[in-house]
Amino acid sequence: MESVLKITWKRLPLSSNFAIAQAVKDSDVDVVSAYPITPQTTVVERISEFIANGELKAEMIHVESEHSAMSAAIGASAFGARAFTATASQGLELMHELLHIASGLRLPIVMSVAARALSAPISIWGDYTDVMNARDTSWVTLIASTAQEAYDSIIQAYKIAEDPRVFLPVMVAYDGYAMSHTYEPVYVSEKADAFKDYIPKNPQWYTLNPDKPVTIGSIASPDWYYEFKYQQVVAMKNAYDVVKEADEEYGKRYERKYGIIEEDGVEGSDITFVTYGGIFGTLKESVEELRKKGEKIGLARIRLFRPFPSEDIAKIAEKTKALVVLDRAITYGVGISGPVSREIISSLYSRGIERNVYSFIIGIGQRTVTEKDMAAIYEKTKEMLASHEKQKESVYWGVRE
Amino acid sequence: MGWKELPRGGSILEPGNSESRYTGDWRTFKPVIKQDKCTRCLRCWIVCPEPAIYIIDKPYATSSGRQFKFSVEVNYDYCKGCGMCVEECEPKAIDWVEEEK
Amino acid sequence: MMAKPFFRTVYDVPREEYLAPGHGLCAGCTAGTIVKLLLKVAGPNTIVVNATGCVEVSTTPFPYTSWKVPWIHVAFENAAAVASGIESALKALKAKGVLDPSKKINIIALAGDGGTYDIGFQALSGMLERGHKVMYVLYDNEAYMNTGIQRSGGTPVYAWTTTTPVGKILKGKIQQKKPIAEIVAAHRIPYVATANPGYFADMMNKFKKGLEVDGPSFVHVIQPCTTGWKFDPRYGIVLARLATETGLWINWEQEEGQFRVTVTVPRRKHVRHYFELQGRFSHLTPEEIEAIQKEVDLEADRINKLVGRTVIGPLVE
Repeated sequence: MESVLKITWKRLPLSSNFAIAQAVKDSDVDVVSAYPITPQTTVVERISEFIANGELKAEMIHVESEHSAMSAAIGASAFGARAFTATASQGLELMHELLHIASGLRLPIVMSVAARALSAPISIWGDYTDVMNARDTSWVTLIASTAQEAYDSIIQAYKIAEDPRVFLPVMVAYDGYAMSHTYEPVYVSEKADAFKDYIPKNPQWYTLNPDKPVTIGSIASPDWYYEFKYQQVVAMKNAYDVVKEADEEYGKRYERKYGIIEEDGVEGSDITFVTYGGIFGTLKESVEELRKKGEKIGLARIRLFRPFPSEDIAKIAEKTKALVVLDRAITYGVGISGPVSREIISSLYSRGIERNVYSFIIGIGQRTVTEKDMAAIYEKTKEMLASHEKQKESVYWGVRE
Repeated sequence: MGWKELPRGGSILEPGNSESRYTGDWRTFKPVIKQDKCTRCLRCWIVCPEPAIYIIDKPYATSSGRQFKFSVEVNYDYCKGCGMCVEECEPKAIDWVEEEK
Repeated sequence: MMAKPFFRTVYDVPREEYLAPGHGLCAGCTAGTIVKLLLKVAGPNTIVVNATGCVEVSTTPFPYTSWKVPWIHVAFENAAAVASGIESALKALKAKGVLDPSKKINIIALAGDGGTYDIGFQALSGMLERGHKVMYVLYDNEAYMNTGIQRSGGTPVYAWTTTTPVGKILKGKIQQKKPIAEIVAAHRIPYVATANPGYFADMMNKFKKGLEVDGPSFVHVIQPCTTGWKFDPRYGIVLARLATETGLWINWEQEEGQFRVTVTVPRRKHVRHYFELQGRFSHLTPEEIEAIQKEVDLEADRINKLVGRTVIGPLVE
């Protein structure tokens, strides 16, 4: 049994942004490069304060764009440093080219994303279109639903990214505004760098070291390129187990864990709601009200978006009669336009599991979703189920005619 | 080689291994250094972009009696036959010879 | 007092090679000469960040690399940003005691004109403003040679490229070359220089100074391109020297704000000698050549006034 470093916790009122900054400090990150963007900015403001006060020994690079933020993080990580960046929305889009390169070069960078709608028209408010647009970039993607989970997930993210079975960058997403700027009680370590047992520093990835010169980022002809991309397929597959192990070990050490999909009351339910991010809080409260009226409703929150937990979602589907998927992003030009809905439908179809999956689009550009909306969505789903209606197009909940 | 054996992400772990690729067959003309006429000014060695011109620790005595501790030689495995060395050679000690097919 | 130059003759140049042969640069590519000499100056404790371009693709076709020092390519427009990240990581790991603080590692960003004048300009300016200790080397072949000779912000006026063709109405590039080294100098970084592989010792001394200053440095090197400029590959270095001998390319440096011309040209050659050797200028009329000559004369006057004495001499042949 390895020794467990005892952590003394302190309870602080923190927004998810501040919780993430705290986690960056507690992960003893070496290099932070970031550019201001709403609603991410307070993450790097707080990290800058930690550095200015000597609470975190790190280099902060105040880059001139998100493109350079990710480029500098790539450089730092390729040198063997623990690198961090944070962004949102347009910033993530500006980085997009580099997202593929960070994963293609197999660099364990960690990034937080305060999920926000995309222009045009410009919207500084929350939804998950930015995160979903990055889904094919080969980044392991976690979506947190509380500030506490955001804190814990950043620390776990380094465990996952730096695991030799993975060596992929990890993104931790959470709701812009609804979480980034809302204060919750969060347990954080009393002391900085308290997690060095859990995430020891021992860079095993290829680094730029004059004592052992490596060429990183060569040009690959059709004879070679495919194999490097397949390596990423395998690394992503491996990431599933590594995410699970990282969470379990974290749970054992620090008594908090989240699983791959958080579920509640799914077994024997008539309908199970599936969603991700901070909206899960609202959903839970309204479902409690509905359950009091005798409705048999299950709840599931997807915490791991990439690699997508198809097996877990299939197991959930088998325990319930129908699924309602609440997506906060739109993929245009297809009938079922909720990105997670589509993943779930494909997961069930390929496993021969026949369940009705109802896709609802909600909270686009932070359109308010109340408990009343949740109850109404539930009623609407019951109607569709009763009429044996097959859904061919997502319901755009609350859009004005 | 399959994906399991290949270094991750297309990294190359053996520094300078392009030495195993011979570019000498690009050539249609070749430079030939006349050691006797060469003054060891090393201009050819400086400009060669491969590099395919090397300083060899091989003493040489010219017919006029000059003693040199080293020679300058072309490595034809790599010389692409650009002719920059021929242009740079002030004493005109490099011949420009057509390759035989 | 100025320190004596480190490289004075060929015998000051180390024999060790850090660029391996077997790369795929064109026969007679002067970028090979520049990079080879750059690495001789920098030595083994060096990390190179290469922007996308001819040098990058030609030297690293998997599974072969011509680099004997650690090397990374990330993308086209971000060599300066990647280098910033490496330099910051080096600083952080030294501060944390992971690396020996006395260990010196050179960080060099290497990019062509496209990756510097155009798409990489923002990242470059950011790196300079933040003051990272990185030497940025621009090898300027005056067009996007890697994609097949398209015009860039570094292409000189009248030059033919595939996107500034010589047609019935338009003949070559309409606009002037961007004064990139002066723009960089306006960032007031410790060291900025222009260099020419035809003057190898001057160029190598500039690389050495650039690596020694405490902060960012920038060395802008002219790089004749046999393919894009359309000349016999044997004339690469001859052309490079002609650029300076005609006054079209002035070798200068600005060290801590002090401007100096490092290669004086006592007797200036007519620009036609430079143009005659290159296919990309073959459409120029005698009037156009004279117009360029006038501009060069004016520039020589301006430089001489700036320096306070004649460093670029009169036109004699």
